[in-house]
Amino acid sequence: MLATPVILIVSFAYLGLLFAIAHYGDRRAAAGRSVIASPYVYALSLAVYATSWTFYGSVGRAAHTGIGFLPIYLGPTLMFALGLLVLRKIIRISKANRITSIADFVASRYGKSALLGGLVTVIAVIGIVPYISLQLKAISDTFSIVQHHPDLISPADLESASLFADKAFYVALLLAAFTIAFGTRMLDVSERHEGLVAAIAFESIVKLVAFLCVGLFVTFGIFGGFGDLFERAAALPGSGHLFVAGEEGTGYGELLWLTVLSMLAILLLPRQFQIAVVENVDERHLSRAVWLFPLYLLAINLFVLPIALGGLVQLQGTGAQADYFVLALPMAEGQGALTLFAYLGGLSAATGMVIVETIALSTMVSNNLIVPVLLRRRAARLTEGRDPRRLILRIRRGTIVAVLLLGYAYFRAAGEATALVAIGLLSFAAVAQFAPAVLGGIFWKGGSRNGALAGLAAGFLVWLYTLLLPSFARSDWLPGSFLDDGPFGIALLRPEELFGLSGLDSISHGMFWSMLVNVGFYVGVSLFSRQDAVELGQAARFVDVFRQTPEGPRFWRGTATVAELEALLARFRGAQRARAAMAEYAPAGGGGGYDGAVAEPGLVNHVETVLAGSIGAVSARVMLATVVDEEPLGIDEVMSILDETSQVIAYSHQLERKSRELEAATAELQAANERLQELDRLKDDFISTVTHELRTPLTSMRAFSEILLDNPEQPADERERFLRILLEEIGRLTRLINQVLDLSKLESGRAEWEIEEVDLRKLVRDSVAATAQLFRERETQVDLRLPEAVPAVATDRDRVKQVMLNLLSNAAKFCEPGRGRVVVELSADGDALRVDVRDNGPGIRLEDQELIFEKFRQGGEDMTDRPPGTGLGLPISREIVTYLGGVLWVESAPGRGSTFSFKLPVARAPTVALRGEG
Amino acid sequence: MAFLGFLLFNYPLLSLFSTEGKVLGIPVLYAYLFSSWALLIALMALAMRRSG
Repeated sequence: MLATPVILIVSFAYLGLLFAIAHYGDRRAAAGRSVIASPYVYALSLAVYATSWTFYGSVGRAAHTGIGFLPIYLGPTLMFALGLLVLRKIIRISKANRITSIADFVASRYGKSALLGGLVTVIAVIGIVPYISLQLKAISDTFSIVQHHPDLISPADLESASLFADKAFYVALLLAAFTIAFGTRMLDVSERHEGLVAAIAFESIVKLVAFLCVGLFVTFGIFGGFGDLFERAAALPGSGHLFVAGEEGTGYGELLWLTVLSMLAILLLPRQFQIAVVENVDERHLSRAVWLFPLYLLAINLFVLPIALGGLVQLQGTGAQADYFVLALPMAEGQGALTLFAYLGGLSAATGMVIVETIALSTMVSNNLIVPVLLRRRAARLTEGRDPRRLILRIRRGTIVAVLLLGYAYFRAAGEATALVAIGLLSFAAVAQFAPAVLGGIFWKGGSRNGALAGLAAGFLVWLYTLLLPSFARSDWLPGSFLDDGPFGIALLRPEELFGLSGLDSISHGMFWSMLVNVGFYVGVSLFSRQDAVELGQAARFVDVFRQTPEGPRFWRGTATVAELEALLARFRGAQRARAAMAEYAPAGGGGGYDGAVAEPGLVNHVETVLAGSIGAVSARVMLATVVDEEPLGIDEVMSILDETSQVIAYSHQLERKSRELEAATAELQAANERLQELDRLKDDFISTVTHELRTPLTSMRAFSEILLDNPEQPADERERFLRILLEEIGRLTRLINQVLDLSKLESGRAEWEIEEVDLRKLVRDSVAATAQLFRERETQVDLRLPEAVPAVATDRDRVKQVMLNLLSNAAKFCEPGRGRVVVELSADGDALRVDVRDNGPGIRLEDQELIFEKFRQGGEDMTDRPPGTGLGLPISREIVTYLGGVLWVESAPGRGSTFSFKLPVARAPTVALRGEG
Repeated sequence: MAFLGFLLFNYPLLSLFSTEGKVLGIPVLYAYLFSSWALLIALMALAMRRSG
């Protein structure tokens, strides 16, 4: 039913569609209307992470180990939870430096080191080859399986074919051709490929939909929903370990290592770096993608276990391999169309990975391995002669073919015997070796080139020995005794139980040793080696990326003419783009100058960065050196530039702080000034009020004295009345002067205090008795409420009595004669004694309640309606109570009477006594 | 949040759910892993919206 031609036609039609999408994407990009400028497309393109390993391998792993397949997808979720911390920083750095690949990133960070870039490239190529072979294996296996439809076969049944009859070989060649057409068809060798990203996003949709279709079909078509499926699976003999973790199922240690491994892989796999960092259109897309991408992973994993269990239940005894249950289940049910769709999903998963991965690798190989070497040997060929872009394209195309053929070779050598997931984990462990250099490089300025070189090399060698060689040994490519007895029979060196470390699975074991030596050498060597000038500069640019202007400090100077720079750029970017790139640079002082002019350092930097976008940082540097007479900066100069930058930052922080302090001080001064002015005004008021108060009695005394003097004939009773008034006025004057003196003593702290134990009950009673006459005159009733007993208070008896008398006479004054009623109450209130004097007078308006405590401010409407008294009683009372450690306040409302209260602390330390008469 | 995730997906919390038995017909371990995974994603979406 599914004849070979049908499968072939469908496969090619699908690839053709991809191509059309990519073409459309490129055309839109050229027209300036990007189709990929969306967080959704960005998140979908990130899903290139899900390869045929996910599509087929996860099911196989789930069928064998239960939850062992999940950490590979939980890890990326965790890394994206850290996304804003790590990923955003890497993206920012890469955009500022036009980074083209992970090798470029590492090389750039450690002083644009060609050696380091080359090492990373070699590790990436060797590490990724097994992963690519996995995809080849998946495509050729699934092709065979579908080809035999409706018979179920196991790939192991297929006889090993010779090279030219082997489908995988043709798949490799075909994919190479396809990738070349995709990624390197244009002469433009810039770092970004918009059309490619659009196609990858489309592939992500296809594989997700295909997998979900199969999942739904298995769960609800073959079985009666999840409940039925799990029940029948649990009934299978020996399936118990699939539902638990720990000792019976997948070990916790292994789960932990797999999580860590996949956290690193999502960041460091060359294709993930390409898509997430290099192809990123807008940094802000990240904030949506950090949850969209994990959501995608969750969706594509939802049906992994149901399909795995469904396969175990339905296909037991048929010999179908668990890795390919996704195809085998629809086939066994006779669903031809669904089988074909599932096959397409798998194809899209595999092609997506292969295309992006090989493009990323080819960029790395050309920019970080071959071009630097060529430049060193014969720089002339790239700077003069024919178009260098053709050469670079040829290098990239050659790399693509070579990588795919290497993948095929690994497939022949080791791949056939191993499960998909085991191969993939090998690659994960290889790229995880970049972690110390990359993560250390963006957070630790001290990480040095030598440290990165030592760490990478050591980690890689351990990976080679503990993970790659055993995979060869398992497929009889090396003698089996190598694994069992160790090389040359030295048991201590057994690659999977190094130094006798046993009890770990091989991935955990390999990761432990390789990370140990990697991190150890990176940190150790970094601490003991000196960084050179360029390294120091780059370290600062990377680690402090968020604290710099886009240009960053410049660690370079040289002389070249503008024309030379433009010519150089034109060789790699084309004349038009070169002119545009030159125009982009507009320093503060105006244009970049004219052809003959000597370019300023900023322009040279700009050209180097743009060039780096095409051929990588290392090559760009070497390239530029061919036209620029460089005077390299000494280490001292770089240090001083760095110091200057950090000093400027520090100074500006200091300045900011100083100016804030100054502002605060100014505000304080202003407030103090206002307060002083207020006090000055108060003093003036006080003097004028006092004078006024003095003048009134003086005037009347003078008037009466004159009358008495002028009329000696006056009747005796008349004279006596006038003399009485005179006496009264003199008394009033004396009182006023005494109070003013008293207040001034109190305020200046020169008052005399006699602190002794005072019984407030007696004091209150005495005060009421002393004012009894006053109340009787005004026909006001006084209620005295005293508790049985109160503690004694250490205080000044006469002063408190003065307060009491003042409050009582006030109450008497304000009560309406005949209907007045005053309540005097003493009570204990916590640690204090409280006295309330309540009257039923006219009350005090809320806005006046604080005013009455000011000097010469009295209750009443205005000056004409002033009650008798000096207006100093309450201010004096408050001074006294406050001095004795208490409070005096009023509660009142118009028409409801007023309550004046004060509290005196019982356990007051007699500090006042110590002040004596000072 | 990454720390929370790391805690949720590893020993010893994971071992609490590593038992036989089912929730709505789904094995406990899987129900736990997928629901806490979904929760984590929802939290991330929420946090991103908050920070704009």
